[in-house]
Amino acid sequence: MDDRTSSLSWPDAIYAQIRRVGIRQVGYVPDAGHARLIELCVADPDIHDVVLTTEEEGVALAAGAALGGQRAALLMQSSGVGNCINMFSLMRNCGFPCVILVTMRGEFGEFNPWQVPMGSITEASLKLAGFLTYRVENPADVEDIVGAGCDMAFSGDLQVAVLLSQRLIGRKIWTK
Amino acid sequence: MMERRDFVRRLLADRGDLLVVCGLGSPTYDAAAAGDHPLNLYLWGAMGGAAMIGLGLALARPDRRVAVLTGDGEALMGLGSLATIGVKQPANLAIVVLDNQHYGETGMQPSHTRDGIDLVAIARACKFGEARAISDIAEAGAIRDLLHAGRGPILVQARIESGDTPRVLPNRDGHAIKQRFIAALNAAG
Repeated sequence: MDDRTSSLSWPDAIYAQIRRVGIRQVGYVPDAGHARLIELCVADPDIHDVVLTTEEEGVALAAGAALGGQRAALLMQSSGVGNCINMFSLMRNCGFPCVILVTMRGEFGEFNPWQVPMGSITEASLKLAGFLTYRVENPADVEDIVGAGCDMAFSGDLQVAVLLSQRLIGRKIWTK
Repeated sequence: MMERRDFVRRLLADRGDLLVVCGLGSPTYDAAAAGDHPLNLYLWGAMGGAAMIGLGLALARPDRRVAVLTGDGEALMGLGSLATIGVKQPANLAIVVLDNQHYGETGMQPSHTRDGIDLVAIARACKFGEARAISDIAEAGAIRDLLHAGRGPILVQARIESGDTPRVLPNRDGHAIKQRFIAALNAAG
């Protein structure tokens, strides 16, 4: 077993990066795509798991965490990105590091057309708000891209979003 | 009914190492008027986010006391965060809502509290162990003590006059405000 981590499922690969970079606060609105990762974070005594009523609360949470010297990550669906737009100005104005892991809806094989309008503008919206965005299609790339994104955000006080494509999520969870 | 500057000055008297997050608009000016301090995070935007910044900070630094000083309009925009805070039960977090029942920055239009929407009842429903309204300046000292020693989460609705107050403008550079805060917090240990 020369490359153990590559055999992890993608949520476990993300969790391994959360542990590696020392993330201590994880904010989320419950989400089917992130269910496994949320379980892992809730079970971790070193992580404050903060369930939110809306995703923009998480943006402010991450700013407060950084102010107090802790690293944070936010887990959300693409629809949640739309709920955050004005609060993103806090991160940009003050230069708070921000890591968002977005499960995409409204694209590959989406059954619900109501997810399409926000899903189709998620990446462009994040870019307009000043985020670096990285899209992941292949499970084997999750660890690398999430790890690199975290390192950039926390070493440079940058805002980084990793978009986990619906095809990736579908292959790993819905068709299992 | 209390005069806002007088109340905030008493609230922040002998503040020690209290960490203060100031909601945009008048609360930021009130905190600056009480005396600029590196452990003030002045907000000039991000409306609705002050309480959640307070939560992130309170979770990160359980050894320190955190006070969120904000207005009724800002608090109303982030009502859901009271429920989120109620779930986490941070013992070191207090929220003081300076309630003049109006949106001061935009021309004094009435807010929901003017029509009787009850922030104290909402906080209690969100499992805040301590939630009270005050309107007598004689109680300011007790609220100051609550910020330093009360068991959170705490919400205080401070009824203040809606009269015009001269603006006292602190730094508006978010990076500078943040870096100064972090440096002061690290220096204090």
